[in-house]
Amino acid sequence: MSAHTTETGRPAETGETPAFPMPRAAGCPFDPPSRLREMRAEGPPAKVRLWDGSTPWLVTRYADQRALLADPRISADTGLPGYPHPTPGSAERRRYARTFISMDDPGHSRLRRMVTAPFTVRRVEALRPVVQGIVNGLIDDMLAGPRPVDLVREFALPVPSMVICEMLGVPYADHDFFQADSRILVNRDEPVQAQARAQENLVGYLERLVSAKLVRPGDDVLSRVAAEQVATGALSRRDAAAMGMLLLVAGHETTANMIALGTLALLLHPGQLAELRDSGDPALVASTVEELLRYLTIVHSGRRRVALADIEVGGRTIHAGDGVVLATDAANRDEERFADPDRLDDHRDARGHLAFGFGVHQCLGQNLARMELQVVYGTLYRRIPGLRLAVDLDRVPFKHDAQIFGVYELPVTW
Amino acid sequence: MRVFADQDRCVGSGQCVLTAPAVFDQRDEDGIVTLLTDDPPPGEHEAVRRAAVLCPAMAIRLAGS
Ligand code: HEM
Ligand code: SF4
Repeated sequence: MSAHTTETGRPAETGETPAFPMPRAAGCPFDPPSRLREMRAEGPPAKVRLWDGSTPWLVTRYADQRALLADPRISADTGLPGYPHPTPGSAERRRYARTFISMDDPGHSRLRRMVTAPFTVRRVEALRPVVQGIVNGLIDDMLAGPRPVDLVREFALPVPSMVICEMLGVPYADHDFFQADSRILVNRDEPVQAQARAQENLVGYLERLVSAKLVRPGDDVLSRVAAEQVATGALSRRDAAAMGMLLLVAGHETTANMIALGTLALLLHPGQLAELRDSGDPALVASTVEELLRYLTIVHSGRRRVALADIEVGGRTIHAGDGVVLATDAANRDEERFADPDRLDDHRDARGHLAFGFGVHQCLGQNLARMELQVVYGTLYRRIPGLRLAVDLDRVPFKHDAQIFGVYELPVTW
Repeated sequence: MRVFADQDRCVGSGQCVLTAPAVFDQRDEDGIVTLLTDDPPPGEHEAVRRAAVLCPAMAIRLAGS
């Protein structure tokens, strides 16, 4: 049934079917791979070859991706044959814990709604002073400490980590452990066993926390899930722990990489950085956040889906059982949607970008991420106006091997 | 203009609230969309149209102009 199983390994195909993900070209470090841009210019979905030899469709145009991600005939279920797994670990991990990110409706919606309340625009806005306090404190520490500093370690990672710990009710003192395991989960080249072990560690840890919160609840998301879902029998402890793990991991590497990579992008666009720093206009800060989300599209390995029925897209037929990879980084640079798409322009209206995905799986934490990034971009460069790279750009280690793009380190000084 | 919001489809993304806060709200208990008005004044129409396009769940429908 799965179309690519029969095609796998056919020598005639190997020559023509490009490997995915594609390497980024030398030049602007933020630009998507040039082959990806060529494929978008050609237009319709085309087959690519993944690490396991499978050949799913790659969809590159904005309009096609938007339509497909909102189409109920496409599934996010990582257990279906034909699902285009990003890593060997991704296929394996599903056995240990399943969360709503890899489920279809109605199961997906049932679980997602259990944890949507703390992420509404209003609830997130109420947290802004807490986030501002966290950001101020970390900047105070950097200003009082030695220079240069690694901005990733001292600032970009702690911000989202402290915020999500506060929301979930996870002790921040444990961050060394779950940051290390989170990172293993998003590395492309991590061995299967290491990813399975990291996942098992995290779920076990959260299961113990959920159990503790059943007895001694606090004012936090895990306590609420424990009281409203676990205690009532709607959710097992294990499933509650898996959900906690999803929330803990999903907001970590993503927001951290947006902080560090966004800062690097601004340092390389000093005019826009100066305007942002000097204006203090919340509308400009907000549009800068949207534009950097679009321009950087850090979740750069594509949304992954599998077709449940035959679907026509751009003159091609994606057959039931075919894997589909939606390259949102290409969509966000599609000139049919965004004028002059390769230019970073803080004043453009970038809403409608696909950096948070689209369809029912669109990022649950998007308004939290927006608010954190607004606080960070609105504060860091004002508090440290002389901020600059402490090494040459070509010494900055980019995360080409990770599912989430960013930098491993960002040595800065002032 | 008439606005319809499908609470079954809504995934609580908040895109509508960010875009047209005078028209859309989210329920406190589960983040699902609610309408503050289904007949917004002309000054809100553009924002409402934008919210309908940005809604990831296709949960916002508009009738009339
Ligand atoms: C700038 C930071 C972030 C980016 C770029 C980002 C990106 C994404 C993307 C692209 C998806 C869609 C996955 C798919 O369609 O397969 C997603 C889903 C998700 N994100 Fe985020 N995210 C960010 C921050 C956060 C934060 C702070 C949280 C909070 C806990 C979070 C929680 C989630 C969850 C739970 C899902 C799954 C939603 C579902 O399947 O219904 N994310 N995110
Ligand atoms: S934009 Fe759509 S999915 Fe998001 S809260 Fe509004 S109605 Fe619900």
